[in-house]
Amino acid sequence: MSTEMTTMNAAEELLGEAPSGLNLDKAVRYGGLLALSMIFVSLVGMVVGLDSRQILYWINPDVYVNHPGGVGISLGDIALFMWPLLLGAAVGNEVVLEGMVGRKRGVGDLLNGFVVGAVGGLGVAFMTMLMGWDREVDPDNGVADYGLRDPLVNWNEELYILLTFNRGWAFALWAWPLVGGVLAAVGASLRLMPDGIRKAAVAAVVAIVSVSIFQFLVDDLFEGVGETIADPGRLSNFFNDDPGAGRERVDSVFDGLIEFIYAQRGGLRLQGVILVGVAAAGLSLVGSYVTRGRVTKARKDYFDTPLPERTKSTAALMVLVSLALLILPFFTGKIVNELLANVGIFLLLALGLNIVVGLAGILDLGYVAFFAVGGYTTAILTSAGRGDAWPDWIPLFVNDGEPVLGGWLVALVIVMILAALTGLLIGAPVIRMRGDYLAIVTLGFGEIIRLLFLSDWLSGYFGGAQGITNIEGADFGPLGTVTGVNPRSVFYLVIVFSAIAIYISWRLEHSRLGRAWMAIREDESVAEAMGINTVNMKLMAFVVGAVLASFSGAIFSAKVGSIFPTSFLILVSIIILVVVIVGGMGNIMGVIVGSLVLIGVLGGPKQPGLLQEFSEYKLLIYGALLIWMMLKRPEGLVPNVRRSRELHQDEFLQDAWLKGEVDTDDEDGEVATEVAPA
Amino acid sequence: MSERILDIKNLSVTFGGLHALRDLNFHVDEGEIVGVIGPNGAGKTTFFNMISGMVTPTSGDILFEGESLIGLDPNQVTQRGISRTFQNVRLFANMTIAENVMVAQHCRTKQGVWGSLFNTPAFRKEEREIREHAEKVLGFFGTRLIGYRLEQPASVLSYANRRRLEIARAMATSPRLLLLDEPVAGMNPKESAELTDLIGKLRSEWGFTIVMIEHDMNVVRDVSDRVVCLDHGETLAQGSFEEVSNDPEVIEAYLGRPLEKRDAS
Repeated sequence: MSTEMTTMNAAEELLGEAPSGLNLDKAVRYGGLLALSMIFVSLVGMVVGLDSRQILYWINPDVYVNHPGGVGISLGDIALFMWPLLLGAAVGNEVVLEGMVGRKRGVGDLLNGFVVGAVGGLGVAFMTMLMGWDREVDPDNGVADYGLRDPLVNWNEELYILLTFNRGWAFALWAWPLVGGVLAAVGASLRLMPDGIRKAAVAAVVAIVSVSIFQFLVDDLFEGVGETIADPGRLSNFFNDDPGAGRERVDSVFDGLIEFIYAQRGGLRLQGVILVGVAAAGLSLVGSYVTRGRVTKARKDYFDTPLPERTKSTAALMVLVSLALLILPFFTGKIVNELLANVGIFLLLALGLNIVVGLAGILDLGYVAFFAVGGYTTAILTSAGRGDAWPDWIPLFVNDGEPVLGGWLVALVIVMILAALTGLLIGAPVIRMRGDYLAIVTLGFGEIIRLLFLSDWLSGYFGGAQGITNIEGADFGPLGTVTGVNPRSVFYLVIVFSAIAIYISWRLEHSRLGRAWMAIREDESVAEAMGINTVNMKLMAFVVGAVLASFSGAIFSAKVGSIFPTSFLILVSIIILVVVIVGGMGNIMGVIVGSLVLIGVLGGPKQPGLLQEFSEYKLLIYGALLIWMMLKRPEGLVPNVRRSRELHQDEFLQDAWLKGEVDTDDEDGEVATEVAPA
Repeated sequence: MSERILDIKNLSVTFGGLHALRDLNFHVDEGEIVGVIGPNGAGKTTFFNMISGMVTPTSGDILFEGESLIGLDPNQVTQRGISRTFQNVRLFANMTIAENVMVAQHCRTKQGVWGSLFNTPAFRKEEREIREHAEKVLGFFGTRLIGYRLEQPASVLSYANRRRLEIARAMATSPRLLLLDEPVAGMNPKESAELTDLIGKLRSEWGFTIVMIEHDMNVVRDVSDRVVCLDHGETLAQGSFEEVSNDPEVIEAYLGRPLEKRDAS
C-alpha cells in the first residue's frame, strides 16, 4: 500500500501541474492526419463508390417517394465521416501508467477535438477548392470536366458534388472545418462521459452500423432461424440446403421484424435505427449492471489459472463452442454457409502455416504451392476432365459421371503423401537457410509450382490456363455428397478437417516436437547446441504444414468443381500469412479469429466476405490493418502468450515487477531485473 | 591414470588472417575438472565453439572417447555427450523454466509425430520422464528454480539464476563432458562460492567431466584439478593452479600483474 502511495506522489511530482486539456500541437498533428485520411479515402474512390449503398434512412424511402434515395447516410458517408469521430476520440488518448492517476478531463478536451476536426476539415475544404478551380463546365451541355481527371480517376464531378454538399466550394470552405470540428468534438466527448454511458453509446453506434452493413447476414440468420421455428420438420433434411432438393420455402416468423427495420432497397429505416440503437444501449447498460464486472473477473480468473488446471474449463468451453458451430449451419442460409465454408478453407491453410511460421519460425512465402498440389492432385483423381496425358493406371474415382463412394477419401490419402513429398522436395534444399533468404527462396518455389501447372509443356497433364474442370464432389454415401452447390455440406467437411488440424496443432505444440520448434524459433544456434537436429525439425514443420495445406486444397477442389492456376497466386500465400499475423502467430485461437475477421468479414483473394461492398478496397484494408497491427499490436488479435512476451518484454517485466514476480538475487538484496542482451 | 575423454591434437583455426587458435594440444581425463584461463581474446571461447561443433577447425583433430568430432554438427556433438553453456547467457527467454530444461532432453528422447498425435502410452511415459528429469536437474540448485518458478518464463529470472538455469539446461542433455563458459560471471562472491561448491558436486554426484573457462581465480583455484592458460591461441602453461599461476609467462600475459596480488585484493 505504502509503495503505491509513494509511486503516486512521485508521479505527481514528475508531472507537476496537471496539464489542461488543450494541446494545440498534438491536435494540429492529428488534424493533419485526419485531412490526409479523408482526402485519401476520397481519392481512392471509396466515398463515391460506396455512396450508392444506403445504410440509414432518416426519412423513410417507402413513404418519401419524391426523393428516390431517401434521405440518410450511405456507406460512402461513413467511410468519410468516421475519420473525424475516430481521430477526435484518439487525440484524447493518454497512456496512464499503473499506479498513476489519469488527469481530469474537461472542456479543454472538447476544444482539442474541435481543433483536430477543424484542421482536418480545412484540408478537405482546400481540396474542394482546388477541384473548384480545376472544374470547367462545358457551356453547351453543362457537363463538368476536370484537368486532373487523367491522373486521378476519382477527381470527378460526383466527388465534387459530395464534398461540397452540392453547394459549390465556397460553401465547403467554411462548412467543412465546422462539420469536421463538430464531429471530432463529438468523438472527443466520448472520453468525458461516464464509463457506463460511453459503453452504451458506443454499443448503440456499433450495433446500428453493423446491423445495417451486415444486413444480408442478419437477414439470412433471421430467415434461417425463423423458418426453422415455423417449420421444424425442415431439420430432418439438414444435410442438404439446396431448395431444389425437397426443401420448401416457408415464411419465417421473423419476416415482420425484418420488414420493420430494413427498407426494401437496403439499409435501416429510422424506426430500425431507433430500435437497434435503443436495444444495444439498453443491453449494454443492463448487462454491465447485472454482471457488475463479473465477466471481466471470470476472464481474469481464467487467465490467471495456471495452464494445467485450466484444461478443464478450456475443454468445457471448447465443447460448447464446437456444439454451437455444429448447430449453426442448420439455421443459416446458403450465403452464410458459403461464407463459413470459405473461412474454413482458409482456416485450414492458416492452421498449417501457423505451425510453420508461428511455432517453428520459418517464414514460408510459397505456402500456396502445397494448397495447389492438394487441389490439383484431387482434381486429377476425381475429374473425368483431367488431361489426356495421364496413363490409365492413375486411378480415377469417377464412374459414369458420378463420384465413386469414398473415392475422395482415397484421393485424400494420395494427396497427403504427395504433399508431404513435395514438402520434402522443396524443403530439403532450402531449409538450411535462415530468415530472409529462406523467405525469398520459398517465394520462388511457390511460383515455380504455379508456373508448372500453368505451363503449355505440361498442359496435357494439368490443362495449362484452362485448368481442370468437372471435378466431382466427395461422395460420403448416406451422408450425402459434398459439392459446391451445397455449401452446408462443404462447411461440415471443413469443420471436420479444421478440427483435425486444430487437434494436430495442439498436440504437436505441447510435445517434444513443439518444444523443439519453439527453441528453434527463439535461438536456432543454441537449439542446435542443445542437441536439436534443427534441419530435421524444421523440415518436419514444413511437411506437417504442407499436409494441412493439401487438405484444404482437396476440399477446395471438391467445392469449386474446377481448378485453375489463377487460384494459386502468390497473393494467396500473402493473405494466409496476413491471417496468421493479424490473428496472432503461434496461437490456434488467434488463427481462428484471424480467418473469421479477414476472410469472413473482408473476404479472401477471390471470395467475397461480409463487407462485399469493400471487396474493391480489400487489399487496401488488409495493408492498413497490417500496418496498424505492427504499430499497435504486433502480437496479433489473440496473441500467443510467449509471442506477446517477446514483443513486449519491457512492459511484461515491468508488470511482473509490480506484481512482485520478478526474481531478485537471494543474497545481499541485489536486484537484477534487466534483460540480458540477446 | 584414468582414460582420456577428450583429446585435442594440433588444433588450429584461422579467421581470415587471424590465428584464433594455433597448434593447440590439450586433453581431459575422465572425471577431471579443468580450468581454462587466459586474457581476453586468448581464444578460450573459440576453443569451446570448436569442441561443440559451432566452428570448424582449419586443421588438427578433436577426439572424444576415441572418436573424431571433426565435421559433426553441434547437435551431433551434443548427442555424443558434450554439452555447453554460453558466456553471454543464451536461454530460450520466452519458454518457461521447465521447458528450457525439457527441450534440452530432445536428443535423449525419441517420441515423434505419431506418439504426440495419438497420445500413446509410450509418449505419456516419455513426457513424464522428461518432466521428472527436468525437475530433478533443476532441484540441483535448491528451491530457486522449482515450484511455482517452473511455469514462469526464463526472462523473469535474475542474472545469477539465469546462469544456474543455463547450467541446468546443459546438464539435462545428459552429457559426459560439460563445458562451462564463465559460469560465475556477474555473480557476487557469495553466489560464486556456492556455485563453486556445486561445480564440485557436478563431478561427484552427477559424474560429469568438466572443462570450465573462468576469470575468477578463486573459483579456478578451488575447483580445478588442472589449469590451462591460453594466450593468442597458444597454450602458455598447463599444470596445477600453483604451477600455472606462478609461471612467468602467464604473469606476463596478464600484463605483468602477479596473480598473488590479484587474489589478495
